[in-house]
Amino acid sequence: MFDLRRLLGKPTGSREMARERLQLVLIHDRASLSPELMDMLKRRIMDVISEFVVIDESGFALDLEQSEDTAALISNIPIKSVKRSAPTVLGGK
Amino acid sequence: MGKAIVITSGKGGVGKTTTTANIGAGLAALGKRVALVDADIGLRNLDIFMGLENRIVYNIVDVVTGEVELTKALVRDKRFEDSLFLLPAAQTKDKNAVSTNQMRSLVHQLKKEFDFVLLDCPAGIEQGFQNAMAGADEAVVVVNPEVPSVRDADRVVGLLEANNVKNNHLIINRLRPEMVKRGEMLEIKDVVDLLSIKLLGVVPEDERIVMSTNRGEPTVLDQSSRAGAAYRDICRRLLGEDVPMTIHADDGSFFHKLKKLVGLSS
Repeated sequence: MFDLRRLLGKPTGSREMARERLQLVLIHDRASLSPELMDMLKRRIMDVISEFVVIDESGFALDLEQSEDTAALISNIPIKSVKRSAPTVLGGK
Repeated sequence: MGKAIVITSGKGGVGKTTTTANIGAGLAALGKRVALVDADIGLRNLDIFMGLENRIVYNIVDVVTGEVELTKALVRDKRFEDSLFLLPAAQTKDKNAVSTNQMRSLVHQLKKEFDFVLLDCPAGIEQGFQNAMAGADEAVVVVNPEVPSVRDADRVVGLLEANNVKNNHLIINRLRPEMVKRGEMLEIKDVVDLLSIKLLGVVPEDERIVMSTNRGEPTVLDQSSRAGAAYRDICRRLLGEDVPMTIHADDGSFFHKLKKLVGLSS
């Protein structure tokens, strides 16, 4: 981690390191979803999108990607065709 | 109807059982009727902290299996007239001997008789934790100002909220003011900011805790103990009193500086 005080030769106590490490660890911990929750989320997204377009369910991917201080859901949803009319029941299921 | 509070931490060895024993004895000393439930089945310990280990006849498993009436299994703490009782854990059974539903109805039954039902949770986040949390109205999360403990506490807070235990409080246990002063220990503010739950109290590291555990007398009853004073404050806060968040340290000057750290003094 880039730390100006360390570069300037100022002593940093271990408290500061503990705080910084925890900040990062907690972001990761909080972002992690259990496999059951991921499956549930996947199904819900699939249902909603299927109301508008025909998707290739076998190619549907949803992943949680984490970098040092961010977390994002990345999804790839291959479309087979677009539906002509608006869905009859919005937010169904 | 009383209130059921689960005392939990995720990580082991941070002071859950000490906290349960002290809050229990502290509330009883303030005239409340309290039931302590040792939910750490297979690793019974709350009885030791309370000095009641020689008085146990029945345990929680005997009660939920219907072998004995609840009132017969409760061990009365003679120091507190008729206000403090312990329901011991089983020592020989495994941790799955009590189901979540059995626990929930047991706690419900106790809440009818007592002002407070304190559930001493086992370490970890498995069945024992799920059980202890099942009947709880709120939680006291115990944390040490150390990285592994704060991390586990964060998991536990998330699980509590996911299980609808929402009104949760934080106790920072074993704080060493002189280390905080040197910048070598997480500050109160750091821990509270990271976990973002309401601070109920700060208990300083105190060798008198070891001494009272040796004797089987909760520290909260020891008027000369700093940790005891912190637990007395915590109990009054649980009863809704507005007690200033003072850190009970040895040195008067530390004391003031620490108050500044918590942001309660200028």
